Amino acid sequence: MVSLIIILTASIFFLGIVVRTKSLASGRKGPGVLQPIKDIIRLLRKGAVFSTTTSYIFRIAPSIYLASILMAILMLPHGNLPGFISFGGDFVMFAYILGLGKFLMIIASLDTGSSFEGMGASREALFSMLIEPAFFIVMGSLALFTGHTSFFDIFSTLHFGSHISYLIGALAAFVLVFVAMIENSRMPVDDPKTHLELTMIHEVMVLDNSGFDLGMILYATPLKFVMYGTLIANFFVGELPLQWSIPVFFIIQFVFAITIGLIESFMARFRMSHNPQFIFILTSVSLLIFFGVLLVLGKFI
Amino acid sequence: MVFITIQVFIAFSLVFLIFSHGAISFHYPGSIITGILTFNADYLSAWFIGVISFTFLTGTFYGLKYLKKYKHEVSKLKIHVVFYVLVYTSLIDLCIIQNAILFLVAWEIMAIGSFIIIIFEWEKKETLKAGINFLIQSHVAILLLTIGFIWVKVKTGSYDFSEITTYTANHPALGVGLFVIFFTGFAIKAGFVPFHTWLPLAHPAAPAHISGLMSGVIIKIGIFGILRMTTIIDTDYTLIGYFVLAVSVITGVYGVMLAIVQHNLKRLLAYHSIENIGIIGIGIGLGCLGIGMENNTLFLLGFSGALLHTLNHSLFKSLLFFAAGNVYQATHTMNIEALGGLIKKVPHTAYLFLIASLAICGLPPFNGFISEFFIYKGLFSGLQTSYFMFTLAMLFSIFGLVLIGGLALICFTKAFGVVFLGNNRGNLKTEPIEHALNIVPLYVIALVMLVIGILPFLFTNALSHVVDLFIKGNLLVSPKAINANFQTITTVGMVSIGLIISVLIVLFLRKKLTENIQPSECETWGCGYSGAIPKAQYTASSFIRTYRKLVEPLLFIKKEKKLSNTLYPGEISQSTHPYDKAEWWLIDKPLYWYRRLLNRFVFLQNGNIQNYILYGFIFITLVFVLPLLISKIMDFINFLNQL
Repeated sequence: MVSLIIILTASIFFLGIVVRTKSLASGRKGPGVLQPIKDIIRLLRKGAVFSTTTSYIFRIAPSIYLASILMAILMLPHGNLPGFISFGGDFVMFAYILGLGKFLMIIASLDTGSSFEGMGASREALFSMLIEPAFFIVMGSLALFTGHTSFFDIFSTLHFGSHISYLIGALAAFVLVFVAMIENSRMPVDDPKTHLELTMIHEVMVLDNSGFDLGMILYATPLKFVMYGTLIANFFVGELPLQWSIPVFFIIQFVFAITIGLIESFMARFRMSHNPQFIFILTSVSLLIFFGVLLVLGKFI
Repeated sequence: MVFITIQVFIAFSLVFLIFSHGAISFHYPGSIITGILTFNADYLSAWFIGVISFTFLTGTFYGLKYLKKYKHEVSKLKIHVVFYVLVYTSLIDLCIIQNAILFLVAWEIMAIGSFIIIIFEWEKKETLKAGINFLIQSHVAILLLTIGFIWVKVKTGSYDFSEITTYTANHPALGVGLFVIFFTGFAIKAGFVPFHTWLPLAHPAAPAHISGLMSGVIIKIGIFGILRMTTIIDTDYTLIGYFVLAVSVITGVYGVMLAIVQHNLKRLLAYHSIENIGIIGIGIGLGCLGIGMENNTLFLLGFSGALLHTLNHSLFKSLLFFAAGNVYQATHTMNIEALGGLIKKVPHTAYLFLIASLAICGLPPFNGFISEFFIYKGLFSGLQTSYFMFTLAMLFSIFGLVLIGGLALICFTKAFGVVFLGNNRGNLKTEPIEHALNIVPLYVIALVMLVIGILPFLFTNALSHVVDLFIKGNLLVSPKAINANFQTITTVGMVSIGLIISVLIVLFLRKKLTENIQPSECETWGCGYSGAIPKAQYTASSFIRTYRKLVEPLLFIKKEKKLSNTLYPGEISQSTHPYDKAEWWLIDKPLYWYRRLLNRFVFLQNGNIQNYILYGFIFITLVFVLPLLISKIMDFINFLNQL
């Protein structure tokens, strides 16, 4: 329960911090930290325009998307408090529930019959397929490392002993940061601020969404960021008592948001055709983690 | 009048089916010995008979409507129905027969019967070609099975399956060889790569209800065979486990990789069957490793995953094929590129196809997730063992399974999105075909799928009984381990229910909050361009273009491009023709060389009657002269020896 509350709280400020960091990095003052969430609330109150081509799927998809993310968040633990839902192998279900939301969003964008949205759908489907192995191998390595297969057990028994295990932690954090970036279609892979539909991924998929639905889709972005931020934070808050772990959680989310802002400010977007290679790098980094774990456990032949 | 006959026939098969279904699932008979023939309907048979019967039940009702169009072609229908019943009967028999000879006979009936029901539209050339391809390949399978059974017969003198157990227990090294022979034989039926080439040809050729049955049931008899052999062969299962695991991962990934690039909806689904056979195989491999390593978690999760996925696949794949059949009847084409916007024409079919797509991608809250979860959990628990090789094998399989999941998502977003959503891509005429008979059986399947997805504990009891059959050697499966693992599954079901509820809550909130705001309707935003042309939509080929570029080195895709070279744009076009590399290397190439070899002898067949008489004469002379010659040579050798 704690984790749900603090994740929702963090999600309110998250995008604001990212935007502020980007503004400051480019020498502007930038909007207030709450501005993105205010935009979302305004959208929630607005009317919607639906394309005549679309069917019912287009109307329910954003809701299912948001619900799937909320459901996935319910599985995340906080320090030594288990998530709302916790069982052996829950991270598999975590990934697959997110997959459900993604599936619906992809077909919803095909539902519009637009000449652009299919483009985004195609890229989203491909990139999220490519990213999946990295996530699973990281989680598998952690499962191997701790001997458990649920988020809560993994994170509550995870402690770093040797030097290699610090390396593993750093690499895992690196992979998760980039998984979050790709899942949210952010900078090195996609630029949410681009003005050309041909080069977008996520933004072009939601061209036709408006009003309440668009609000939900936009709110999903900070939620997903904070969700991955929570995973990273859990590396560090393991055994801390609650009065320490909550501030640490927020600090980590803050640092995560600033990191994203900096990455987006100083990194150029890749050419679309180079994205798969970049994502494969993440898979190989996650394989490094896996072999690192094997080394630590002394299982390497 | 004729139609009534057919109905009676089908109703008859239906009664038979419900009867057998009931009989098996209510009192499991032990071993009944009639003479030297053993029939044994154990839990494994019961599980498979259940799977077969359910799919046949829905398939029959669906087929009833599907075949209505052909009601004037009486003779065709008659033979179709006769063999339909025959195939069903032989499938049931295969599940309970414990005798090699009888097994082969039933297998042959099944093979020929399925050949005949596949070539229902035999006047089409491709149908016949695909059917003959199927016939030949199933006979290669029979050949391998015959070799396996004869091997055992020669060594033990009995055709009974129990002899195989005693024989392999005494010769574990030979047991592996025997298993590989049987596995290959059954793998042809099941469609493991590289023995899958008949599958993508036969499925599109058959009428929809038969495609559904083939994919749902007939290829599953191959899986049944492999599982049956696992229960009766007693040998080194670690080696077998690695073997099955490797073949299955390759099968799964290869199947789905090819599925994505297909343009024919039924062909796409056929390649997906190969993928799902791969997933089932991963489960079996895991279970075998569990036996070999005496690790009961692996054993339990592997086999239950495989068995449950067999059931699940038969459900969602038959649903997909039936829905595809509805699409075919409405539009008379299976070319994905020509379809589009069907959700407005055939809404029920569209939603059913969506449900099945979600299930086949293994997404909660449907049944596909449950069985994949079993396998995932097994793989992750397998990571913990202390053997390096083994951990690597598990990693490799996790990698494969994750890729399969992701690729399936691409494939089904493509299939569903392009066929049912957006605008119509061509000037397609659609007929309103939705009728209680071709919708209700489909909803029944969808309902069962949802039940498995959210209440999986209803099936765990049956599963644990079936899994007990595979226990061998020192393996001990404690009720505690069973409980611990199946408990998780119940939780997964609960979470799925939670997921549904949370979706409903969000939808409810959305409805409440936007009640006062009237949404307006407008045409799709064209980024400044305002002419709505359906042709400008993203097509299936463009949807997968980035993917295709990525995997092009691995697959075999012929491209035809016509670009405009002049100043003014003329007509341009591009088309891709995916082809199966495995088929090219394993079937087309050898056949080509074989033909070239035989072509050398074409001069013999010159149509000259005198020559043919000469051949006969030469033959007769040889028949007489050769023995004489040989005996002379023998005499000569003897003479030399005496010197």
